[in-house]
Amino acid sequence: MKLTINGKEKEIATSQNLIELLKELDISESHIAIALNSEIVPRTQFATTSIKDGDTIEIVHAVGGGSG
Amino acid sequence: MEGSYLKVGNRSFKSRLIVGTGKYKSFEETREAIAVSGAEVVTVAVRRIELDKTKESILNFIDPDKYTFLPNTAGCYSVKEAVMTCQLAREAGLGDLVKVEVIGDEKTLFPDNEATLEASDILVKDGFTVLPYCTDDVVLCKKLEQVGCAAVMPLAAPIGSGLGIRNPYNIRLIQEAVTVPVIIDAGVGTPSDASRAMEMGVDGILMNTAIACAKDPIKMAQAMKMAVESGRLGYEAGRIPKKLYATASSPLEGLIDL
Repeated sequence: MKLTINGKEKEIATSQNLIELLKELDISESHIAIALNSEIVPRTQFATTSIKDGDTIEIVHAVGGGSG
Repeated sequence: MEGSYLKVGNRSFKSRLIVGTGKYKSFEETREAIAVSGAEVVTVAVRRIELDKTKESILNFIDPDKYTFLPNTAGCYSVKEAVMTCQLAREAGLGDLVKVEVIGDEKTLFPDNEATLEASDILVKDGFTVLPYCTDDVVLCKKLEQVGCAAVMPLAAPIGSGLGIRNPYNIRLIQEAVTVPVIIDAGVGTPSDASRAMEMGVDGILMNTAIACAKDPIKMAQAMKMAVESGRLGYEAGRIPKKLYATASSPLEGLIDL
């Protein structure tokens, strides 16, 4: 299925939910947050939140920054 | 000597210097600079993970047991973006102390004050401890306090400009107008800028560029630590009044008659 992840189209092989997606993308679950179609998904619901073709997903984390 | 504390919401900090984590050459340099600065609160931005790059995180270099994170909404241009960025930061485990910043102009990076007020209001109601970056406007700062912000953070000068406090009179008026802490955010360039702000009695200073972009960031981190501390001590000690004429500091009695 095709997803838009962080602004880029991405073909996903097997993942059915957000936990599996993180594994497939090789992203550690800790210190990240996910918005699925502009809705924030609590991390406790990563395993139970399924994904489908055409979904838009934002995966964010902390980076160095000050202002602006 | 009993030191004073920076109190923000229900948190207290010994250091009155808050530092940013951007623009350093490496995560190692970031770690060393913030350690030398003595800061207890460090601000971080929230951004998309880069999918095809190595995923080393800045969080591996900042011990969460040692520092309090202050996720910021840098780069946000709307209320919605700022609110969601804070909510994502909380979900990512960065806590509920946030620096709200809604930029209104690309060239000056001046904040959109109306949007900042609206975003702050929403975030306070959502349980965040909100520190808003704003212009040095007395009325706005009073409104930010009214909606429940834990501090106000007026800029000294544009972000990254290093111009120092452009309008010390406005900062003084803000200090008188609000009861929450006043933290200078952005525009400090030198240790003397930092000292001067602290001597005026502001409660703290947030800076990034002045340290990170100095020729030697580690030395500057130490200089800023000392400047903030000495400025604060000077404020607490109370300066002498300015006088036009000289006053001798040696005794006038017992002068030798030659």
